[in-house]
Formats: sequence, C-alpha cells, structure tokens
Amino acid sequence: MEQVIANGLYLGAQYALIALGLTLIFALMNVLNFAHGQMYVLGGFITYTVYGQLGLPFVVALLASGVTLAVIGALMEKFLFRTVIRRSHREESTMLLAAATAFFFDAVILLLFGEKQRGVPKIVKGVFNDVGIIMPYDRIVVGALAIVFIAAFVLYMQYSRVGRAMRALAQDRVAAQLMGVRVDRYSMIGFAMGAMLAGVVGGLLVTITGVNSGIGGPISIKAFLMVMIGGAGVVGGAIAGGFILGMMESVGLTVLREYGDVTYLVIFAALMVFLSVRPNGLMGKPWG
Amino acid sequence: MINRRSTLKSMALGAVSTLAIAAVGISYAQAENKELKIGFVGVTSGPAAAWGTSNVRSMQTRAAWLNETGGVKIGNDTYNINIVTFDDQKDPKRAIAGMEKMAQEGIHYVVGPNVDDGAAAVRPVAEANGIIYFPYAFPKALYQKPASNAVLGMIANYQSGPAIYKYLKENKGVKKIAFVAANESDPLSQRDSGVEAAKALGLEVVAQNDTYQNDTRDFTPVLTPIVALKPDLLVLSGVAPANAPLLIRAARELGYEGLISTETAQDAKVLEEGAGEYANGFISVGGASTPEIASDEMKEFVTRYTKMFGEYNDESNTKVYALEYILDTLKANPAAINDVAEFKKTMDNFSAPNPFLKGDAKLSYVGATSFGQKRQLAVPMVVNEYKDGAFQTLFVGSVD
Repeated sequence: MEQVIANGLYLGAQYALIALGLTLIFALMNVLNFAHGQMYVLGGFITYTVYGQLGLPFVVALLASGVTLAVIGALMEKFLFRTVIRRSHREESTMLLAAATAFFFDAVILLLFGEKQRGVPKIVKGVFNDVGIIMPYDRIVVGALAIVFIAAFVLYMQYSRVGRAMRALAQDRVAAQLMGVRVDRYSMIGFAMGAMLAGVVGGLLVTITGVNSGIGGPISIKAFLMVMIGGAGVVGGAIAGGFILGMMESVGLTVLREYGDVTYLVIFAALMVFLSVRPNGLMGKPWG
Repeated sequence: MINRRSTLKSMALGAVSTLAIAAVGISYAQAENKELKIGFVGVTSGPAAAWGTSNVRSMQTRAAWLNETGGVKIGNDTYNINIVTFDDQKDPKRAIAGMEKMAQEGIHYVVGPNVDDGAAAVRPVAEANGIIYFPYAFPKALYQKPASNAVLGMIANYQSGPAIYKYLKENKGVKKIAFVAANESDPLSQRDSGVEAAKALGLEVVAQNDTYQNDTRDFTPVLTPIVALKPDLLVLSGVAPANAPLLIRAARELGYEGLISTETAQDAKVLEEGAGEYANGFISVGGASTPEIASDEMKEFVTRYTKMFGEYNDESNTKVYALEYILDTLKANPAAINDVAEFKKTMDNFSAPNPFLKGDAKLSYVGATSFGQKRQLAVPMVVNEYKDGAFQTLFVGSVD
C-alpha cells in the first residue's frame, strides 16, 4: 500500500503542475487552451534537443523550454487571442482558435521532431528502496521540483504586483480595468506564464516519460479533467484536481487490475456523478 | 578557313550538342515511362504515427530508388512508381475514406491500414473496387476465405509468440509468464492469443488482465502489482514503440529482473533513448535488420532512407517488403496490373529472389497453415535481442 500511495503522490505532483498553466489561462481570459498539451510536448522536445542532443546542462534546457514557450504564449495572446476576443462576441470563437492552434502545433512538431518517441539521459541515477517503497531518485527529484514550482507559482500570484494584477483580472476584468490594471499587458503576461508552465513541465518530465509528437491531445484531456475536478480557473483547484486524479489512478490500477482496464471508466463515471452534484468542481470560483 | 580556333569551337559545339541530345534522350526515356500508382492508407499522425510513417517512408524510399534507376519493367512497359498516401489517423471511418480515394484514383494495390479495426473497416471497399491491400493487422478473418483481398504484411503475433515462448522456455528456463496490454483492439487480441499460446506450452500465466490506456505516460502504477508477482517473462502484448521503453524502464526501476518481450517491431534508437541499459535483453520481432542477415541492397536501402528522411526507423526492416512484393508479383504476371484476379492467381506459385537478405532467400506468399490460403508475405521471422543500442539476432524462423 505504501508503494501505491507513493505512486499516487508522485503522479499527483506532476499532474498538478500540468494543470496549473491551463487553469491560469482560463482564469485570466476565459479561454480553454486546447493547445496546452501541445505546448507541453514542445517544451519536452526543446529540452530533448538542448539537453539530450546538444549536451548542454539540464537547467539550461529547462530554461530554454520555459522561455521559448513564454515567447510563443505571448505572441499567441497578442496576435491571435486578443484579436479574436476583441472582434468576436461569441465565446466559442476562442475555443475554435485554441483547437486550431492545437492542430497547427501537432503538425509543426511532427514535421520538426519526427514521429519517434524521444528520451534523454536520467538526471539522477539510482533507486530508493526502503520502507516498502521503491522510487527512482529522478522521480523524487522531479516530484520535489514540481512541488517547489507549484509553491513558487502560488506565492508569486499571491504577493507579487503582477500576480495581484492577474488575480484582479480574473475576479472582474472590467473592475480591474477601471482600477487602472492594464488588461492587455497582464493578459499577455498571464498567457505567457501559462505557456511557460506547460513548457517547463514538459521539459521536466521528458527525463522520466520521454516525449513524442502524438501525446499533446491526451495531455490536454487529462489537464481538463483535473481542472474540472478542482474547479476551472482556481489555482488551488488545479492542484487538488491533480493530486486527486493521481491518487485515483494509482489506487484504481492496483485495486481494479483483475477487472481489466476499468480504472478510467470508474474515474469518468465518478466525475460525472461528482459534476452533477458540484458542477463548478471542488473550488469553483475565481481567484481570491 | 579552318584554323585551330574554329576546330576547337566545332569540337566544343559538337560535345555540347551530343550532351544535349543525350540529356534530351534520357529525359525523353524517363518521360516515356508510364506511371504506376501504389496506395498507402495508414496512420501517420497522432500517438501511433510511428507505425504508418515507417511504412510510407519505406515505400517512398524504395520508389525513389527504383525511379532513379530507370523505373520498373513490367511486361513490355517501364513504370515510374508513384506512392499515393492517405493518413487515416487510426480512425476506421477515415480508413474507409482513404480506401475510397484509392479506388477513385484507379489504384489496385494499397499498403495498410496499420491496425485491426481500420483493416476490417476497409474490407468491403477494397473487395467492391478490386483492390488488394496489405494490412499490418492480425485478425484471421481478414485473410481466411471468403475474404481474399487482404494480404498480411508481417508475421502475426500468434505465429511469433509461440516460437518466442518456446525458445525462452527451453533456453532460459521460463516458467511463469505475465501479460500486459494497452486497452485497444490490437494489443488485446494479441494478448489473448499470447495467453493461449503460453498455456498450450504449459507455462503458468500469473497475470493476463492488466491493461493500460495507450496514452499513459507513467507506467509505474500499472506495473507495480505485476512485478510483485515475480514472473520469469513479462510480455508487452502489441506494445507501441513509444510505450515500450517506458514500460521496460518502469519494470526495471521497480526491481523486475526477469525477461521482457514483445511480438511487435521496435526501434533500437527509441529503446536506447527511453530506457538505456534497462532495455538490454529486451526481445522483439524485426525484419532483415541485423548485420548477420542483411544484404548489401538492404544496407543501401537504410542509407537512402536515412538520407531522405534524416533518421532510419528499424520498423522499416519489416515494412520494406510490401512494395517489393507488389512489384515483383506484377513483374511475374503483368496482366495483374489492372486485374487483381490475376494477382491472386499468381500468388499461389510466386517466387522471386529476396533482395534484402543475404544468401538465396526467396520472396513468396505463405499463410496456408494459419489462414487456409496464401495471404501473407513471407517476411523473415527474426527474433532480436536488444543490446547496448543495437539489435542482435536471437534466432530466425519462418511461417508456412
């Protein structure tokens, strides 16, 4: 059982980090970023290239992933989403745009990086094996880093000037504008941060799970699942959703293994019941 | 007046004219070649893109090579090969649309689809439009009468699995075996036939219900309970190349020390990057891959593929064959070029040199034992063992 809990906690930490960027963008702009998984994949491939192919330090690769995705996110917000939000009064326009960018990224990534699964050398070798728990050291490092990133993100949103401005935007866009918050600027920063988080977690996890050009869609779906559990647009909700999903997977795959692949069936069924009771998720309200 | 300068001028003009005429002649000869369209319907995008991409790139590499060397002589005509491709995105509905597109283009020979449900879905379209297709899917109903238009493009797991398990039982002392498969039709059917074969050999099956979502990224929770059962052999039924290194790595990190095998083709580079030394000893099925058996022509194919697409894919060791079979069968009976009934007649007694293997290996159609009719390409059953970034041949078998 110790192993099952350890697996669930590790999965939860990585899932929570994946969901953070998605929920941030939704909170700020009411945009469901269908390309979140593709951004994760791109981050993974950048780390693969910089660390795995060019042989530069892993930290440099992680930075390259974060910065590249932040720039891409900022450009997407400025030239695509801002324009569509300004011109269209229909919310589904941004969803269609997000879906289109997801397909676009899928095609570009396939062209640039090919169809193969890619992996990089382990950042830490060895396996922890004690007290009934087996956990490779690199997973422990990645799990710890995920928790550090999550904590840093929450603190940044809570106490920094930019974080406060973004929270104000998320609470009430018009009121924030009337109070002097530069909506365009902070929307762009928020989108860039969301994309950066996707890139960083992609880079971080390429050391454990590798990356391939086809996993963007499934990653996005899992991220949506976590956000739905926790409550869309709420940072705490995304974190809670990530840990709940991770634990459900770990326990389900052990307890229900004799019945075939019913774990996700049970998770989806439970989610349907849960959403019918709490349609806004666990913490279904915006920032603050 | 003839002087040295005018002589040189005349010679230069003559040389240029000769070259020009020769060039025109060559291009005229190439332009004179007829076009033979061969179709491909398979998955080249999404999580399973590796399967179809290695397929279509093998065809494109071989076609470019043949066209470059003057085309393919079939009967009295010489043809340039044009590969017409369609990405079915692993969706049976799109596979049908792809096969209909091939029919509209007048194509009679199609490689693909890559998965069971796609191959089953296109059957009515292929049969109604006179198309012979070469799926990489294992359901026997596709190849048994009354079906007759599908030709299995590789070794099926129910052919390679028993051979591998028997080898490992006799040579490595395997007694307990565990299966894990993705929750999709191909891997599940491969798992079921694997379980059947293992039981028939008297092996103890300690796990046969464990499955995973094909988009799983972390397999530790999936493998934790299986590793605890301590099987001697862990079979990754129908595992996708993208998932194989992740499963191997997770199993080894959990302390699993037994053997790991699969009946699907894998890529050495992917295993090296994804699992490193953990992948040593991993057993899989390939084609004309290892240096011990690959001919010079196969080596040139690998070089050309690498030059054309930047990186070779070891799955192409198997997938290089389908186009070769189509063209050689058409050479054997040129009437088949627009008449698949002629093609089927030729299959029964067809034999041609296998260009991809050393020695006097032959291309022929097999499958009589498994399907009751010859509806399978005789691809060598090369069972490989991965070791330090490359595959080594464990043993070579064949099907009849």
